[in-house]
Amino acid sequence: MTDPVAAFAAEVGPPEAGAVVAVGGRTEWDVGGPLDPDVEVREVRAPAGIVAVEAADMTVRVRAGTTVDELAAALAEVGQAVALPSRPGATVGGVLAVGRSDVRRLGWGPVRDAVLQVRYVSADGTVVAAGGPTVKNVSGFDLCRLMVGSLGTLGLLAEVVLRTRPAPAASRWVAGEVDPAALLRRLHRPSAVLWDGTTTWALLEGHPADVEDQARLAGLPDAPGPPPLPPHRWSVRPAEVYRLAAAGGLGAFVAEVGVGVVHASVPPPPRAVDPAVVRLHERTKALFDPTNRLAPGRSPLAGTRLAAAEGGG
Amino acid sequence: MGQTALVSASQPTVAHEALVADLAAALAPDRVRTGAVELDLYGRDASVLRGSAAVACFPLDTDEVAAAVRIARRHGRPFVARGSGTGLAGGAVPVGDPVVIVTTKMDRILEVDVDERVAWVQPGVVNLDLTRALARHGLHFAPDPSSQQACTIGGNVANNSGGPHCLAYGVTSAHVLAVEVVLPDGEVTVLGGLDPEPPGLDLRGAFVGSEGTLGIATRIAVRLTPDPPAVATLLLDFPTVEAAAETVSGIIADGLLPAALEMMDQPITRAAEEFAHAGYPTDAAAVLLVELDGLPAGLADAVERVGRIGRSHGARTVRVAADDAERALLWKGRKAAFGAVARVAPNYYLHDTVVPRTRLVEVLREVYAIAERHGLAVMNVFHAGDGNLHPLLLFDARTPGVMDRVHAAGEEIVRVSIAAGGVLSGEHGIGLEKRDLMPLLFSPVDLDAQARLREAFDPDGVANPTKVLPAGSRCGDLQSVPEGVWV
Repeated sequence: MTDPVAAFAAEVGPPEAGAVVAVGGRTEWDVGGPLDPDVEVREVRAPAGIVAVEAADMTVRVRAGTTVDELAAALAEVGQAVALPSRPGATVGGVLAVGRSDVRRLGWGPVRDAVLQVRYVSADGTVVAAGGPTVKNVSGFDLCRLMVGSLGTLGLLAEVVLRTRPAPAASRWVAGEVDPAALLRRLHRPSAVLWDGTTTWALLEGHPADVEDQARLAGLPDAPGPPPLPPHRWSVRPAEVYRLAAAGGLGAFVAEVGVGVVHASVPPPPRAVDPAVVRLHERTKALFDPTNRLAPGRSPLAGTRLAAAEGGG
Repeated sequence: MGQTALVSASQPTVAHEALVADLAAALAPDRVRTGAVELDLYGRDASVLRGSAAVACFPLDTDEVAAAVRIARRHGRPFVARGSGTGLAGGAVPVGDPVVIVTTKMDRILEVDVDERVAWVQPGVVNLDLTRALARHGLHFAPDPSSQQACTIGGNVANNSGGPHCLAYGVTSAHVLAVEVVLPDGEVTVLGGLDPEPPGLDLRGAFVGSEGTLGIATRIAVRLTPDPPAVATLLLDFPTVEAAAETVSGIIADGLLPAALEMMDQPITRAAEEFAHAGYPTDAAAVLLVELDGLPAGLADAVERVGRIGRSHGARTVRVAADDAERALLWKGRKAAFGAVARVAPNYYLHDTVVPRTRLVEVLREVYAIAERHGLAVMNVFHAGDGNLHPLLLFDARTPGVMDRVHAAGEEIVRVSIAAGGVLSGEHGIGLEKRDLMPLLFSPVDLDAQARLREAFDPDGVANPTKVLPAGSRCGDLQSVPEGVWV
């Protein structure tokens, strides 16, 4: 019986096998910019399947090609959940490679914190393991964090161990026209607070009686769910949301209050990146993918501009 | 006392005097030290290892750290950053006569933003001082290592430190939003950001836990955690260690996520009780200290479930602290545990491994057997909820040959932990202590990938050299072999 991860590595092959890109559900395919049109890039898919739900240890080992929804369904059977964003067709490897959380980040934390161990196929075509299967681990350099959000440009995720959490006993959206900052202060660890400039939504999760209490404290009626999210994604300091909204540059928007992600109809301006950080990116890429065969053209720094040399961060 | 000399002390030479003079000119003469006593002090950390520093300097701000790094480079010296030196794995022990850059005078809390729940601090701020300064805002810094009265935030970043309350709240990496760093070439930049999705790779995440090998943190933006609305602290006592360990697994398996879940076996419980008078039952084979927090209904439910799970595994009593004073007393015993050991044996060696929480019972049994085989007393006080074991091997360093037995037993503990699906370290780091054990956990290919990350930040290997990765990790790269070495 061949290990599917080893088979995936064989499919990726050595550098001589040419450029490759890992494809998941293509739900966030545009992030990081287009692939280099002048290079023939072979599409590969990470293996799928849940290897082990370690319910008593609150971890799960899953192959990167598994859809997030399939993983969520398997965890729901044991009363657990994982902090990955769910979109139809999105894969575990895909959402980790992109690294973006969903609207529950306020309560569930960023996706990067859910990853305990990664096994990825390197540009050499070999399987590399980083991190460890336990919930706590400081053994060596934290390549797990480096891989999350690297868009498949440093290695191709094949299998991961994720930290799970108890699924909340009750989960309820409420909404109304209230001041979002005041609502955030009043509630204890809501899973989400969203604001579109007029209406504020909150996701309350936990023990049913506590959710009831928090809903009463919020003074808001139930809502069917979060509002539809405009297509473009801004990342700003949480307090900056109000200034941006007042300035009117966002168009229609839904802001993740207390987090700083803003979903807007207007695309964000290019972010400034310090030249020293750009150099670290270039060196990292050159060392992890010397022949530039992993998703050539794509870059975690797409949509940024070089910051002026002086002025600081 | 069983210390291992790694390198000889540096000689006063013309080159050395020029290095010291340049540092003194860039910082201040009284913040550049070369006295034998000081160099001895900064040649070690809280481990049993010792190295040797060429010179120790005490910068006050980012510019001075950058200047010290550039001067070290100009003089062809490596550099090693350190905070309070509470590390237990030799991560701050200077190897190769480096410039030791001590951050303890960089101890200012620069900015606290209560609304955004973020603070910028200098690396020398002591962990507990930060939490104390935040108390009036109803906020705290969640990582709480046992050394929190002495260890610095910069050290926490270097080691990705943990602590009892990391079970529910996560380790240091989850609480660091951005780090201003002096890179090994002397440049200053910021990794990460105060917004949720800074552009590019998560270099912040790569930096946290890199044990000073990727540069020096000079300002740190930490996430502040709101104090919980309600807290319950429970003490459960058990007739056997197994029953306590099974209760830990049972609590996690039941879907409970306590804020902290600590276990102490009988020898350490007795020592702690004599020291702290916390009212611990000294006839119990093991006790569990469980802290739960949250909103009232969920909290009451969790307290009831923990009690029920404990009793179903044979807990003799379940004591729920009645008020803050009793809570503080129960924690006092736990936090005083390491100090209490000094009354039992002149020396101890503290280990740190992690195993899956479902394997605690069998691994603990192995730990007792290993200690017995080597004729050593052992005490266990640890973060059970994380599966993070901390066996203390007790000894008298004056006993001939005892260190060999201590090291042999320690390595066996590491091996059984890894065999059970565990890892080398949960919070102390690799440093020098476990560097050469890294191949137990990682293949040559895995180590090579880690070495590439290090090389991206520090191509010349001047930041805290020889730490974390065993020699030869960067396989197949002849350029990384020092000049004059035969391959």
